[in-house]
Amino acid sequence: MTSSPAILSGSQAASCANPPILRERGQREVFCGLTGIMWLHRKIQDAFFLIIGSRTCAHLMQSAAGVMIFAEPRFATAIIEERDLAGMADANEELDRVVMRLLERRPDIKLLFLVGSCPSEVIKLDLSRAAKRLSERVSPAVRVLNYSGSGIETTFTQGEDACLAALVPSLAEKPAEAPESLLVVGVLADAVEDQFRRIFAEIGIRQVDFLPARKAGTMPSIGPGTRYLLAQPFLGETARLIEGRGGQRIAAPFPLGAEGAAGWVHAAGATFGIAPAIIDAVIAAPRERARRAVSRYRDMLAGRRIFFFPDSQLEVPIARFLHRELGMELVEVGTPYFHKDHLAADLAMLPAGTAFSEGQDVDRQLERCRKAAPDIVVCGLGLANPLEAEGLTTKWAIELVFTPIQGFEQAGDLAELFARPLNRRARLEV
Amino acid sequence: MQLTVWTYEGPPHVGAMRVATAMRDLHYVLHAPQGDTYADLLFTMIERRSKRPPVTYTTFQARDLGGDTAALFQTACHEAYERFKPKAMIVGASCTGELIQDDPAGLAKASGLPIPVIPLELPSYQKKENWGAAETFYQIVRHLAGPHALPPNAARPVRAAGEKPRCNLLGPTALGFRHRDDVRAISGLLERMGIAINVTAPWEASPADIARLGNADFNVVLYPEIAGPAAQWLKRSFGQPIVSTVPIGVGATRDFITEVARLAEIDPAPFLKAEESRLPWYSRSVDSTYLTGKRVFIFGDATHAIAAARVAREELGFEVVGLGTYSREFARDVREAAARHGIEALITDDYLEVEAKVAELQPELVLGTQMERHIAKRLGVPCAVISAPVHVQDFPARYSPQMGFEGADVLFDTWVHPLMMGLEEHLLGMFRDDFEFHDGAAPSHLGHASRAPAAPPAVEPAIEVAAPAMAAAGTAEIAVVEGPSGWAPEAEQELRKIPFFVRGKARRNTESFAGQRGIRLITVETLYDAKAHFGR
Ligand code: SF4
Repeated sequence: MTSSPAILSGSQAASCANPPILRERGQREVFCGLTGIMWLHRKIQDAFFLIIGSRTCAHLMQSAAGVMIFAEPRFATAIIEERDLAGMADANEELDRVVMRLLERRPDIKLLFLVGSCPSEVIKLDLSRAAKRLSERVSPAVRVLNYSGSGIETTFTQGEDACLAALVPSLAEKPAEAPESLLVVGVLADAVEDQFRRIFAEIGIRQVDFLPARKAGTMPSIGPGTRYLLAQPFLGETARLIEGRGGQRIAAPFPLGAEGAAGWVHAAGATFGIAPAIIDAVIAAPRERARRAVSRYRDMLAGRRIFFFPDSQLEVPIARFLHRELGMELVEVGTPYFHKDHLAADLAMLPAGTAFSEGQDVDRQLERCRKAAPDIVVCGLGLANPLEAEGLTTKWAIELVFTPIQGFEQAGDLAELFARPLNRRARLEV
Repeated sequence: MQLTVWTYEGPPHVGAMRVATAMRDLHYVLHAPQGDTYADLLFTMIERRSKRPPVTYTTFQARDLGGDTAALFQTACHEAYERFKPKAMIVGASCTGELIQDDPAGLAKASGLPIPVIPLELPSYQKKENWGAAETFYQIVRHLAGPHALPPNAARPVRAAGEKPRCNLLGPTALGFRHRDDVRAISGLLERMGIAINVTAPWEASPADIARLGNADFNVVLYPEIAGPAAQWLKRSFGQPIVSTVPIGVGATRDFITEVARLAEIDPAPFLKAEESRLPWYSRSVDSTYLTGKRVFIFGDATHAIAAARVAREELGFEVVGLGTYSREFARDVREAAARHGIEALITDDYLEVEAKVAELQPELVLGTQMERHIAKRLGVPCAVISAPVHVQDFPARYSPQMGFEGADVLFDTWVHPLMMGLEEHLLGMFRDDFEFHDGAAPSHLGHASRAPAAPPAVEPAIEVAAPAMAAAGTAEIAVVEGPSGWAPEAEQELRKIPFFVRGKARRNTESFAGQRGIRLITVETLYDAKAHFGR
């Protein structure tokens, strides 16, 4: 935690393409990348995530979702113990033993991720070598990959980025003569994925793949014909690696709200030479439904002032949605990391002078927040109840990651997530 | 390396946080990466605290590691002091902080803060949460009360005539299993006995309160896992004897009153007579005959598990078939207790081992932690929660202690609640083939649970109902007019993607939407049109 003064960069232009950003480097109150396993382990149905970490990592996983998960989860922690550190046990041998025991117990596993943590990084346990070694031992039945979800390197949703980035090199190469195809990158709820699949099929994009696939065996192949569309704004490293294999990004706003989803589908369609009129015809009904569903909450949200603490990196596109489709005022849009390129389309739709902040100094940000007295605060679980107790209305940011919010049919749900806390405050008489 | 999915205890620094968060005017500076801040939500979400825990995390990142993480730590100490103005500070490292060896203790000493700064050495790779809480509390007590310790071999000053006997109440922390209510129950009991409470700690104690712990005549240790070492030190330094009975259950509460009265030099008889629990009569009431001999499996922290075993056998007439703990530090006590029940204790922190044991023993009731609640649910055995690790449900809005006579009443109610009532049980035995008495049937007063197994087929009926109608009427036309709107297979598929707990509502809404508009075949479009129409 340093007290380095806030740095301002960028210029105050009419649009928001290059906005000034308050950069902070103090205490962060954000999850580490391990937390991404919460949704990743449900998305890839035959994958298992083995964290090589400490009791803290295991405790985080059990506490972060707020409740324990009922079905036996497809994740676990290999807790590093004193004897591993003191060299009494060979950490690599220990790891192999744990992995073999795990695979015996769970023969359904086809893809195993060894997930690095702060302790494994600090003691320099080489998990990429371990993954190679183990892969040789257990392939072809199981493939072993590795990535780091450590808190010293990754923030919350960056864990998904690191996981998908680990998958990219393992994807098969598309044949050179293969036609251009669409790859949607980033975890979406299954129902949302199906909705978009139908839309893309109807507008006439024949070959559409999703990364990650629901099964290890059906991961898409990629190559120079790959045109990829990011479904999530936090996939910087994954994007870089896909580009490295010849993929080209389709610039688009993120598919949140009627406008975002339309812009997203249109961008994909344009890449494949589909006439805008065709796309408009296909999405007319869902877009109209989305508008109607969203408009239900407009009265409650229009003109309300919202303050974002950094959490999932979804803050910028969500702010865009709330501002443009619901008329909310943006007091501060905090985000853990600001990927200007990937956010360009969303930023261009935000008003000039929007206050952005990147990184965090939580106590200072709390001061700014109290001073601004917004109508609603988007923040993590550690801050929400204390702020409610101070009289502020809050929306837990984590719900935005655990709820299907992308796409036309979910636009109303996304608006509702912000309306409900205000609705509650209006109802309660005691 | 130890393979773990669920853990009974967090790391030791979470124990330190439980002590710090329970206290006033104390701040904890923790050398830890950003992800470790998850621990705040334990207190703000699970316990629903209205304040953030008094913890500053340095949240060092990989890019800081090559540079000066030590300076980062010192800055954090200074800033925390300036911002929060605590009266004392505890400093230490989490598991990752420990590995980078910045020596928080030395750094804090060198920081020159004008308040007591207490360094904590909590070995994250060996120890766990309760140990961390105990060590933290001990260090705080030693540092703050130490300067007032009696000179060696000096006797405690005698209480002035007419002055009330005084005791400390030690052990309750934040995030404890019913600590909030136990403090109230036992404080009330002691006050009714004419005993003054000098200090309750760590619960809502300030550093100044800790400094005057020595003013009590004796110590009541509510939770030995947390206050044991501190109480031993107070005994050595101030000659304060320890009340060792933990007052959980009627018998233990009676023993507790007797023990306290002896130390306070008062007659226990009037209090033993005046204080009452309904438990003894309820257990003797004829309807409780069905409790007799029920086979119970008990697992939890050592204190709650040992106490529960005694209550189960002596106060409800159960048979204790299994007893265990995850508190390795107290393994010996639990083994001795198990031996009194003629069984062997299970000492483990691997919940899979516990699950295997429950499956093997096939008890009729499990008394355990939230972990055993899951195990019991999976195995279809009734369960009541008696110990940490805690869940948001373990912080009920109502007053619900475990200790004292009021606590005994709570134990009776909560343990008996998940069980099948006697006559219901008989009927189930007599009419085994009744289709509603399937294996998953739950007690009738817990109706919600019995519905779960029936849920999946409920997706089908719309189509099944339409088909016979068609056959009976002979013409498709009449069937369609009279029957509900039908579902296209894709729409049916789509509906199944909706979480089960709102699926019924979505189905009803869509059907009424379709009905009103004369839509006969519900498509995916109809489903979403209806969704947009009704909103959530
Ligand atoms: S921040 Fe690091 S040590 Fe803490 S839970 Fe995350 S990976 Fe584990």
